[in-house]
Amino acid sequence: MTVTERQQLSYIAAQAADARVNLEIETEGMTLNIGPQHPATHGTLRIVAKLDGEQVVSADPVMGYMHRGYEKLAEVRTYPQVTTLINRIDWLGSFANEVPFILAAERLMEVEAPPRAQWIRTILFELSRIANITLFLGDMAVQVGAITPVFFAFRDREHVLNQIEAATGGRFHPNFDRIGGLKDDLPAGWVAETRQAMRKIRRFCDEIEELVEGNEIFQARTRGIGVIPPDVGLSYGLSGANIRASGVDWDVRRDSPCGLVHDQVDWKVWTHPDGDSFARFWVRLQETREATKIVDQLLDDIPSGPIMAKVPVIIKVPAGEAYVETENPLGVMGYYVVSKGDLNPFRVKIRSASFSNVSITPWLLRGVYVPDIITILGSLYFILGDIDR
Amino acid sequence: MMAVLAELSYWQATSIRVAAGLVAVLLVAGTLVYAHLFKMVSFMQSRLGPMEAGPYGSLQLLAEIGKFLQKEDIVPRRADRFVFKAAPFVVLTSTFLLLVVLPGGPDAWFITNDLGIYLAMAVGSVSVIGILMAGWGSASKYSLLGGLRATGQLIAYELPLLLAVVGVVIQAETMNLQGIVLAQANGEIFGWGAIGNPFILTQLVGFVIFMIAMQAELTQTPFDMPVAESELVTGYMTEYSGLRFLLFFIGEFATAGVFSAIAAVLFLGGWYVPGLDPADNLLNVLGPLVLMGKVVVLTFLVFWIRFTFPRFREDQLQRLAWKFLVPLALANIVVTGVLKVVV
Repeated sequence: MTVTERQQLSYIAAQAADARVNLEIETEGMTLNIGPQHPATHGTLRIVAKLDGEQVVSADPVMGYMHRGYEKLAEVRTYPQVTTLINRIDWLGSFANEVPFILAAERLMEVEAPPRAQWIRTILFELSRIANITLFLGDMAVQVGAITPVFFAFRDREHVLNQIEAATGGRFHPNFDRIGGLKDDLPAGWVAETRQAMRKIRRFCDEIEELVEGNEIFQARTRGIGVIPPDVGLSYGLSGANIRASGVDWDVRRDSPCGLVHDQVDWKVWTHPDGDSFARFWVRLQETREATKIVDQLLDDIPSGPIMAKVPVIIKVPAGEAYVETENPLGVMGYYVVSKGDLNPFRVKIRSASFSNVSITPWLLRGVYVPDIITILGSLYFILGDIDR
Repeated sequence: MMAVLAELSYWQATSIRVAAGLVAVLLVAGTLVYAHLFKMVSFMQSRLGPMEAGPYGSLQLLAEIGKFLQKEDIVPRRADRFVFKAAPFVVLTSTFLLLVVLPGGPDAWFITNDLGIYLAMAVGSVSVIGILMAGWGSASKYSLLGGLRATGQLIAYELPLLLAVVGVVIQAETMNLQGIVLAQANGEIFGWGAIGNPFILTQLVGFVIFMIAMQAELTQTPFDMPVAESELVTGYMTEYSGLRFLLFFIGEFATAGVFSAIAAVLFLGGWYVPGLDPADNLLNVLGPLVLMGKVVVLTFLVFWIRFTFPRFREDQLQRLAWKFLVPLALANIVVTGVLKVVV
């Protein structure tokens, strides 16, 4: 059968009409600016999301709204003064920020803190981890829509903050770590009180497990959402609980300990094979429990002795360079310190965990729904100060 | 009440009705805000809630109203001014219209009509228009997303809500809300009629569906995707301030109260007090209080769930409505219908 010219024309006309309809139906996307001021970003992160309906076509994080120039400021401060600045990087676990910098300076000066100082340093390091992650456990529930757990988190975090305050004098910014040791010894009765606080934190973890983790809606919102395969996570430089939730068994505390005494106690690195938002929540919950166990064991036998090593009053760090990284609450945090033998560092490069953790968002957020942006960002868990420094 | 009103002139009767309506809406809303939002939730979250304004913080709501009234009434520059300004009133209108058919006692009602529950379900949907107006009129992307989500959700949950009511209507053989109360008051449980027959016993499935759908209609967690504070800021309410925000806020609690009252009438026996004659004049005074008590209990459930649960994503929420609640409600109607004919 031959195709007449008339049939051909009608076919072309039908095709053209279809194309026109398609053109009319196809709507242009919407660009949604999530942030810089937004309740979910707890800080000033901006995410430019291009949406098709409720689905994300592309999402780009825009950082730098909170850039405070700490790397540059550190160059014009003496070494003891720098801890005041870097306290404010990850403001929920402040003490943990000081540790890697002090360790790097100690390595350059070739001094070592006395054992008692190392143990107390490790205890405070883990306490700041607990203070940080308990807030995450409540905050994650808020991102998913339940507001009650965060009040429990604030309530029980207070016990830990009280202990940090009792030992260091500061709730938020202890500024307690010194090159060669610590500023002060522990106050009387602190050990028993800390034990009690750890019991309360373990009870809080049980509560969160029942209230949030076991909830069907929470599981429906987080399971299978925001899956990070291990190789992708590693190539974006993810660290901490985020990469452990993808099944990568990597914890700096165990694998390359330096100056902290985690190798003296019996503990376990938790991993989860799934790599989704739920896995990240679950790993952090287990890590909080594990941290309380670490603290309990460390409290059992704190060695006696001095709290400071012999260091000169005016600290001049010999020329050289050192890189020290530790497993901070948010992930691996490292300081690359270059010294020219002056009172102040020549250059400080801060490798903060959140910056790398957030860098995966454009890859991770493609194709998800708008509500999932918030749960995924919540489960990645970043602190704005830790992104922008 | 009608006997009294019949002797008054039109304007007197009307003003009494308007005053009664305002009292019924505002008093209930105020009670719910104080008892549930301020106090119950505070105790759940290990805090005290407002304590300073008035004894035990009881005047806090008045202080809040005073604060909101002083605030500037901001209209965004690119907003559709008329639609934006009218939206809160449309939402509140639906609440007041719902109240119209609600009986509070043998003679204490605004209108009694054989289409009672039908009218209630119809005017209950008016608030969707108000919310869509707010979402569209705000000229804000968050509001637009919130408004569209709200519309999709309310339409989806309107259906199970309506189908849950059908079971009650079949059993009571009337759509008149007063008739439904009397059917429960005069009912018998296997020949024992001391407490009547509250339909929650026979329509338990319907009651559960009604409460779930009501939670969604009120956009309370776990169905608060439209207002989703942590992602859409507060959805369609984002751009509102001052008095208009207050209207949305009061509307939310007043609607919770009125919907709970309808649930109480349909499933819990409404104003009827067991042991009394349903025509007893005492019930005209006691009835509204009994109804209020039931409303407080039901809204307690609503807010308890609201402050405990995380929220659904909107596709999960639609799936729950269409794949679970609607078939279940239809099955409930079939079973009720068959039993009605057989028994």
